[in-house]
Amino acid sequence: MPLKIAVLAKQVIDPEMPATAFQVDSGAKKVVTPPSIAPVVNGFDENAVEAALLIKDSQEAAVTVISSGTSFAMDVMKKPLSMGADELVLLQDDAFQNTIDSFFTAQVLAAAIRKLDGFDLVICGRQASDWDNAQVPLGVAEILGVSCIALCRKVEVKDGTVVAECTTPAGYTVNEAPLPALVTVSNELGQPRYPTLRGIMAATRKNPTTWTAADLGLDLEELQPRVSLRELFIPQRIQECEIIEGDDAADAGRQLAFKLREAKLI
Amino acid sequence: MADATGVLVVAQTAGEDLNTTAQELLEAGRGVADALGEELSVGVLGQSVEQAARQAIQGGADRVYAVTNPLLADYQADLYLAAIETLCRETSPNVVLIGRTEEGRELAPRLAFRLGVGLAQDCLEVSVDPDTKRLLANRPVYGGNAVAVVSCEYTPQIAAVRPKVYEPGEPDPSRQGEVVSFPVDLDASQAKNRILERVEEESTGVKLEDARVVVSGGRGLGGPEPFEGLEELAKLLGGALGASRAAVDSGWIPIAYQVGLTGKSITPDLYITVAISGASQHMAGCSGAKVIVAINKDAEANIFKEARYGVVGDWQQVVPAFQEAVRELTQA
Ligand SMILES: Cc1cc2nc3c(=O)[nH]c(=O)nc-3n(C[C@H](O)[C@H](O)[C@H](O)COP(=O)(O)OP(=O)(O)OC[C@H]3O[C@@H](n4cnc5c(N)ncnc54)[C@H](O)[C@@H]3O)c2cc1C
Ligand SMILES: Nc1ncnc2c1ncn2[C@@H]1O[C@H](COP(=O)(O)O)[C@@H](O)[C@H]1O
Repeated sequence: MPLKIAVLAKQVIDPEMPATAFQVDSGAKKVVTPPSIAPVVNGFDENAVEAALLIKDSQEAAVTVISSGTSFAMDVMKKPLSMGADELVLLQDDAFQNTIDSFFTAQVLAAAIRKLDGFDLVICGRQASDWDNAQVPLGVAEILGVSCIALCRKVEVKDGTVVAECTTPAGYTVNEAPLPALVTVSNELGQPRYPTLRGIMAATRKNPTTWTAADLGLDLEELQPRVSLRELFIPQRIQECEIIEGDDAADAGRQLAFKLREAKLI
Repeated sequence: MADATGVLVVAQTAGEDLNTTAQELLEAGRGVADALGEELSVGVLGQSVEQAARQAIQGGADRVYAVTNPLLADYQADLYLAAIETLCRETSPNVVLIGRTEEGRELAPRLAFRLGVGLAQDCLEVSVDPDTKRLLANRPVYGGNAVAVVSCEYTPQIAAVRPKVYEPGEPDPSRQGEVVSFPVDLDASQAKNRILERVEEESTGVKLEDARVVVSGGRGLGGPEPFEGLEELAKLLGGALGASRAAVDSGWIPIAYQVGLTGKSITPDLYITVAISGASQHMAGCSGAKVIVAINKDAEANIFKEARYGVVGDWQQVVPAFQEAVRELTQA
């Protein structure tokens, strides 16, 4: 029996867009971006795809990527398929708004995982680079009632358990949990592989499965938001920078030291 | 939980003492409790917690729950979570504050989901809406490009507060409070995952999170060697070395040194950045720095919008001369 892996991947606004392109509509409490900025697969979720494919490199495994949203850029969301994932499931419904409320999103994703033909391991990114919540995976694990290991940089599966190395502030820990389990991964897992030409061709031929709220049997009334957004704004920076000059760069460096001494900072 | 009342701080210990984050949470919690006109309680978890309980009262708590069980001697997420869940269900707090520490990052979301309520994640400020008496939390979103004010729609209202944003208050040895013994039933089988090994990699010297001076290097350093020079400079200033994610991802320096949204949050008096562009995700980890200094060859770099002092130039010229002058000034 192949190991069944589900990867949760979100489509987000490119977090590395130029700061000048980042705008907030404070009335609508929404981030607005110019159409020239294409969305991307959340960076940590590409790491999650990579973690799944690394497992698949060494044992028989089937990787299903799941994403929830109101609309998708198909070329963007097919990237995990072209990297080597087997299937893509898009949870698409007007109700699946990109909300700051993790409760709702976690319920939707957990319902989709339950609808799969079983699962052994769920792999998520550590956080989505829009709301930076770092909550959805832990919520999904709670709803599914499975063990979870957060912030992994290495994930291995053997004999019905997952063994993972996790980053801690001072180093790392090695953790073990029985399957089924959920893990979240960080960028330390390593660079996601590039799609190969063959992978890209295979991905163009694959059609994603699409499920709506009704397909998932969700009662939206039950899923009232737990967190609401009161305000959204761009913080004002009031810092005035004093540029330290000198005869040349080295002298400017010396002048900087004098300046910091004068300000009693060193 | 209609009759929910009071603010509950979930505290961790460092040895026999209340840890620093718990002391900060007491300060935040006292403010919220006073604004609500409710009591401030602290749940201290461990095997034996008398000393920490006393410190919690001196730090502003009205009541301490000494949440004890031999299985709480060492941290294990599933067991700690079960203990906190029991405490919340039995004491029905209105507000729960948890530090967004290594452990809190996992505990807070899982607790919220177990209780079926919301969590305000990674808060820089918690206050009370004077009209609705609900908790308001300010938190950075979109990599620090924007700030969101959120509130929780269900009770208890849970907030994960970022460490180091609140200053611990002065302890008041004369303060009185009640210590309630709260033994919890736990079963070792509740622990689903096991920590097989814990490895500490961080170098000796001043800890990045506690340093008064931090010197960080970025992609513009071009390789691992220059970090040795910066470390020397950091030592000279009695501080610690840091780095941007670009330098970490390049493999020039371990992740323990990363400052930023997904690295460490630092709060030094002086933060010197060398060849770092000042991306919002980097700045999200140093918004608590008092004075930022930028050394960067690109006058248009975003870091100059955040810095108090800047030098526009090649670090290879600026840094050695700066370091030499610092040596003369500090050793004279
Ligand atoms: C979800 C997410 C989370 C992230 N988390 C973090 C995080 O925690 N921490 C973090 O740091 N980043 C983080 N990032 C990455 C962040 O967006 C930036 O990519 C990163 O901070 C850039 O690092 P840098 O400034 O070193 O490199 P660059 O942006 O490439 O800047 C290098 C700078 O060096 C200057 N330079 C080059 N040569 C010289 C020279 N000879 N002398 C002087 N100056 C020179 C250049 O002018 C430039 O400004 C995150 C990104 C995402 C999407
Ligand atoms: N809408 C979504 N669709 C698919 N996966 C998601 C979605 N939202 C969150 N996730 C997963 O949960 C992780 C953490 O997200 P968050 O809790 O929102 O920061 C992401 O890295 C994804 O793996």
